[in-house]
This record gives sequence, C-alpha cells and structure tokens, in this order.
Amino acid sequence: MSDTHAQTVAFVRDTVIPQKAPPALEAGAVKWVRTNLFSGWFNSLLTIATIYVIYLALSVLVPWIANGVWIANNIRECRDIMQGSGGGCFAVIADRWQQLIFGFQYPSEAYWRPSLAFLLLFIAIAPVLFYKVFPRQMLVLTAIYPFLAFYLVWGGTILIPVMVMVGIGLGYAAYTRLVNRSFTAGLFGGIAVAFVAWWLGRYVTGAAPTLLALEPVASRDMGGFMLNLILGTVCVSLSLPLGILLALGRQSNLPVVKGICVVFIEFVRGVPLITLLFVANVVLAYFLPPGTNFDLILRVIIMITMFSAAYIAEVIRGGLAALPKGQYEGAESLGLDYPQSMRLIILPQALKISIPGIVNVAVGLFKDTTLVSVISMFDLVGMIRGPILASTDWNGVYWELFGFAALLFFIVCYGISQYSQWLERQLATDHR
Amino acid sequence: MTAITDPQRESFRLSMLLSDTRYRSYTFQFIALLCLIAAMAFLGMNLLSNLAAQGLNISYDFLNSPSGYDINQRPIPYDSQSTHMRAAMVGILNTLIVAVLACVTATVLGVFAGVLRLSNNWLVRKLMAVYVEAFRNVPVLIWILIIFSIMTVSLPAPNAFRGETPAASMIFDAFAFTNRGVYTPLPLMGPGAWFVVLAFVASIVGIFLLRKYAVQQLFDKGRIVPTFWPSVALFFVPTLLVYFLLGRPITLEYPVLQGFNFQGGIQIRGSLIALWFALAIYTGAFIAENVRAGIQAISKGQTEAAGALGLRPNRIMKLIVLPQALRVIIPPLVSQYLNITKNSSLAIAVGYMDITGTLGGITLNQTGRAIESILLLMLFYLVISLTISTVMNIYNNSVKLKER
Repeated sequence: MSDTHAQTVAFVRDTVIPQKAPPALEAGAVKWVRTNLFSGWFNSLLTIATIYVIYLALSVLVPWIANGVWIANNIRECRDIMQGSGGGCFAVIADRWQQLIFGFQYPSEAYWRPSLAFLLLFIAIAPVLFYKVFPRQMLVLTAIYPFLAFYLVWGGTILIPVMVMVGIGLGYAAYTRLVNRSFTAGLFGGIAVAFVAWWLGRYVTGAAPTLLALEPVASRDMGGFMLNLILGTVCVSLSLPLGILLALGRQSNLPVVKGICVVFIEFVRGVPLITLLFVANVVLAYFLPPGTNFDLILRVIIMITMFSAAYIAEVIRGGLAALPKGQYEGAESLGLDYPQSMRLIILPQALKISIPGIVNVAVGLFKDTTLVSVISMFDLVGMIRGPILASTDWNGVYWELFGFAALLFFIVCYGISQYSQWLERQLATDHR
Repeated sequence: MTAITDPQRESFRLSMLLSDTRYRSYTFQFIALLCLIAAMAFLGMNLLSNLAAQGLNISYDFLNSPSGYDINQRPIPYDSQSTHMRAAMVGILNTLIVAVLACVTATVLGVFAGVLRLSNNWLVRKLMAVYVEAFRNVPVLIWILIIFSIMTVSLPAPNAFRGETPAASMIFDAFAFTNRGVYTPLPLMGPGAWFVVLAFVASIVGIFLLRKYAVQQLFDKGRIVPTFWPSVALFFVPTLLVYFLLGRPITLEYPVLQGFNFQGGIQIRGSLIALWFALAIYTGAFIAENVRAGIQAISKGQTEAAGALGLRPNRIMKLIVLPQALRVIIPPLVSQYLNITKNSSLAIAVGYMDITGTLGGITLNQTGRAIESILLLMLFYLVISLTISTVMNIYNNSVKLKER
C-alpha cells in the first residue's frame, strides 16, 4: 500500500499548519449570544419579548428615579418642582426618615442608641455567622450583646441588664458544676441559682436606680423599621430554644409529652399569624391574673415567639428524622443517657442539617412582623399607612413610601438568604 | 466459682420512680401532666375572675342576633338584618373565593416562572430570578398594599369614562378598569342554559375518557389513537351545537355607565383584586422555586435514558420527568396553598370582607365577644388546614415510592 502511495502522492506536509482563529460566529460574545439568546426561533422570540418587558419596566423606573425630587416640604411643592416629569417624590423619605426608621414617639435625641445597638449587632453576630474567620473569644461579645442592646434601646439604669446577666452567669456556672453529676440536677440547680441571684439583684438595682441611667423609653414608643427589627431578632432568638424543646418533645416516646407538643405545633401552624396577634391584642389580657398589665409589644412578642417556635420545631424535627438511626443507637451504646446523647451527639448534627430551614423560617418571620400594623402598632408599614399617609403634607405619596419599605425588607431578607446559601455550601460535608 | 444466675428480681420501690429508666418516664409524664393541668387551671381561673369582674360571660347567642352592618361582596343573599352567623358565612365564602382564585393563579404563574428559570435563554433565566427574589424577599402585606394603591389611586374614576372624548375608555366595550373596581360582563342564564353547561361538562368527561381509551389501546394493542384534534373538537363542537340549537340561551350583560357609577355586569372590587394578585404573585415566586427544585431533583440519567430509548424532548418531559418531578413538587405546593389560605386573612388590611374581616373584625368590635369570635375564627382556619393536610398525607402515601 505505502509503495503505491509513494508514487501517487506528490506532496506530504511535514510541518503543522498554524492554528486559525475560530469562525467569527463561533467565538466570543457572538457565540455566547447565539447559544444563550438566539438558539432557535422560539428562543429568539422569548428574548425579544423579555427585552420588551425590561424596556417597559425601565421606561417607568428610570425617569421615576432620575427625575425624583429629594428636597420639598410637602407633596404640592414636590409636584410644582416636578412639572409632570414622571419623577418620584422622594422628599417624603428625606423629610420623614426618622419616623420611618424609629417611629414617631422615640425621643429624637436618643436616636444614636438604637443606631449603635444596630451597628453592634453586626459585631455580635459576626463570630456566630463567620465562625471560621473570627476567634472564639469574640463569642463573649455575642453573649453580652442582648443585655447591652436592651440597655441601649430601652434605657434605664445599667444595673438591670447587668444584674440579669450576673444571674444568668451564676446560673450557668452552677449548671457546669452540677451537670457532670446529672443533667437534671445541673438544669434545676442552675435555674435556682439564677433566680436567687435575680432576687438579690432587685435590692442592688433598688439601691441605685439612677446609676449610669439612660433616659428610659417605653416599649409603646418603639416604631418604624426598628420595631420590625426588634420583633424579628427577639422572637427568632427566643423561639429557637423553644423550637428545639418542642421538636424533641414531638420525637420523644413519652406519649403525654408528645401529645402536648403535637397539639401545640399543629394548632399554631394551622392558624394565621393574624389571629394570634388578635389574641395578643384583645384576648390574652383575659388569661392573665387580674391587675397585671403587660404592654402590647410584650404580648405580641409572646405570640410571635410561639408562632415561630412551632415552625422551627417542624424544621428541627425534619433534621432529627434525617439523622441515621445508627447515630441514636451509637449514642445509646456508648452508655450516654438521653440528655447527654441529645446534647453531644444528636442535636449538633440535627441542627446543622436544619440551618437552611431555620433561616427560611427566620426570614419569613421577619417579613411577618409587618402584620403588627394590623393591630395598630406603628411598625414600618404602620407608620406609612398611619401617620405619614394620613398627614396633609404627604397624603398621596404611595409608591415612594412602599418602595422604600420594600427596599429595606429586600436588603435584609436577601442578605440573610444569600448568607444561608453560602453557609449551606460551607457545611456540606458530603463529598459529591 | 460463682454461678451466673439471673439477678434477683427486685420488687418495686418508690425510689425507682427516679432512678430506674423503666419507671422514670412515668414520673416525667406525670410531672408534665401536672404542669399542664396547673397551667390550664391558672389560665382558666384568671379567665373566670376577669370575666366575672367585667360582668361578662362566654356565650354564642350573639351569632343569632342581627349583625347591623353591610358587606360589599355577597356571594349569598345578605343584608344588615341578617344574623352574625350569616355574616360569618359570607366571610367564609369570600375567604374561599379569594383563596381559590389566588391558588389557581399562583400555580400558573409559579409553574411558568419555575420552568422558565431552567430555560436555555440567559435573559429569561435572569428575569425570572429577579422576579423570584424580588417577591420572595418583600413582605406580602407590602405587595397587597402596593397593588391596592394601584387599584384605587392609579385607575381612573368612573366619571372619566363619560363625555364625548372620555379620559378613559372601556376595553372591547366590556371591561372597565375603574378605581371602584373592575367591571366585567355577567353571563345571564336564560331558559335551557343548563343544557349548555351540561353539554360542556359532558364533553370534558368525554375528553378524559378518550385519553384513557387511547392509553389503553396503546398498551394493549400497540395502536396509537390520535387524541389532540379529537379533544379540541370535543371541547368546542358539542357545546356550541347545543348553544345554537337552543337559540343562544346564555347572554352577556355588559356593564354600562349610569349616573356616577357602572351598572350591570360583575363588579370585582379593588380589594379582591389586590388580595388575589398580591397573594398569587408572592406565592407564585415560592412555587416557582418548588417547581425548579422538583425538576432539578430528577437525575439527569432519567432524561438521558429516555433519550437513548428514542423519545423526543417533549415526550421526555411529559412521560419521564414530569411524573417523577410531581412527586417532589406537590407536597410543598399544597403547603403553599395552605399559606395562601392563611395569608388571605390579610384581607383585613385592605377592607376585603373575608372571615377575618367579618367575624374577627366588625362582629368582634360590635358585640365585644372577643374570645368567642377569635375562637371560632381559629377553628375555621384549623379545620381547613387539618383537612388539607389529611388529604395531603393520603396522597403522599399513595404516590410514595414503594420499596420492597
């Protein structure tokens, strides 16, 4: 064969041809556009329709923002300045931002306090959120933060939060002493010590009621976005331990405990939050001892905490159920009793699986805090619908105000959900 | 040498209630029960003493007294002389109306957006991601209020439709979008109209039977029975035939501008539309994520295997991917329906008279029967939730992968 070829083929190339660039249609941006936007007639149609939709949205939004008026005293001035240019009257936000953020009764000279508390929140949760970056010692700040935030937002003497903190600290110390002997002893011993410390602490705060006191602010004076943030963070952090207890109760093999937990969870999950808020508003007072007078915000916190605890319990139950049975049996075969196996083996794993679900519940709950505006509390939505839209100055500025509210919630909720997705990737221990 | 014998059976001692795991659970349950009873007793005593102090009692008699208020959307006959019970019934129907409307719309929207999020088209994919993120991360109450503002502030008043050169005009002379609501034509059922409806229902049943027959023929004899065009024909022909043979018994009543407002037709109030669309768009974003997750949960091997068998892409979707994806999609979908039903209680923010607006709103305020009203309100939502979740559990068990 090769002999014949040697005669017929006149030329055999012995060097490689230099590489050519790919055809213009098959490279770079053109190729990307062809495959991603115009790969077929249907796809092209879809692209054109989408571009049209985007154009429609932008043709309204861009002039609205670009021609927006930021400085005016009321809506009529705004309209005079705009002359029908289609801009937004953002002056309402510039004029009333304090009310939108802090509510209309929080003393304006004390705005720095909740603002500082908000900034400190980031420092406090950073070591929890990014536990690989920040040293463990910073968790001390996280532990101190709730008391500091209470002191800053509500004011009053610093001794109250300090005494509460001391009580909890002593209780925790007693718990760690006793827990090696028995979990029950540790738990009840810790609680007893904490109560004794609080009882004694009352005398200390009574002795010096004005020590380092900030001007006290009543709960009913809280409002605006601050109220949403307070309700969201307080209720989520309170409902987490409650939810864990409920989930454990629902998984337990004690029929009475299980029954109580099932009925509670299914009842709370079966009714809308708004009915629970009605309960907080008008019914709860009937069930409290005569003469006691909780403020509304506290009653609302109780109800929202119960609400989110039921949802968190279901998420954690999912985590508990997802653990392989071998983990439970392994813990038992090591001779651990129930509290030990839960604390050391089961819960750390179950909670890790449940984190995305818990974050979902937390985001949902934070959004649901707007419902308190229905029972005439002045949170962000309540402020907009109540004092601001009802005022003669700004009656009729809907889009700017609702847009502002939507933006604030979007920033917080989107941030949290992005963090949760990142964390999920970090925690993924199954090597796929 | 010691013999291994069974340990001597201990007789029951009181201390074993604490130290022996066999009996300790009884102790714990007994304590839990005591705590529960104590808490109940505490709350009950407080309730009784509070009620006694205010001279109140628990009684449901108010349900039979005249309500004295009007409801603007009445699916059943109701006036201010009707009882509170009747008002609550109207509220329940209104809740169900908005819930069903929102569920259907949200499903359509969610499936649409969820499928498009997996599209090959980059722009569409991104747009749908923006939709999902924008609506999931903003409270539904704000969306309800925004759409309600659009309905009441941005739309023209009815008198803008008046005059030689009106500022606003009706669409097809049939639909009017005003700030008092949307007006649409109302079908009027003349004599014989029920035969048309009957024919329509019968042809729908016929389509299902045809499809079943086609599948049976395919499996039994390998014969392919055409279904698409016969279905289309079945859908239209018998109904239209009956309609014209009976002399057009169904006519449309168009809304007309009379005085200060439109008369005739169906008036869909702004509050209903705000609630309906806000719930649908908001929940649609969640459903889109469920649909996407469901489709992505089907392993790629299934699609590839189906392709290797020679199925075309649309058949792969219809016969292989979708039936498996539905098993993943439906449970969260139903819980979204539950969420819609519960979120429809936000009606009270825009003045839509659902059960929360009637029983938990005006009735409560007029009679002062807070405990009774809220108890009934919760009971209603509980019954709906528990019913749907029971049905859901039955369904889940029926489609569960049977592992042997």
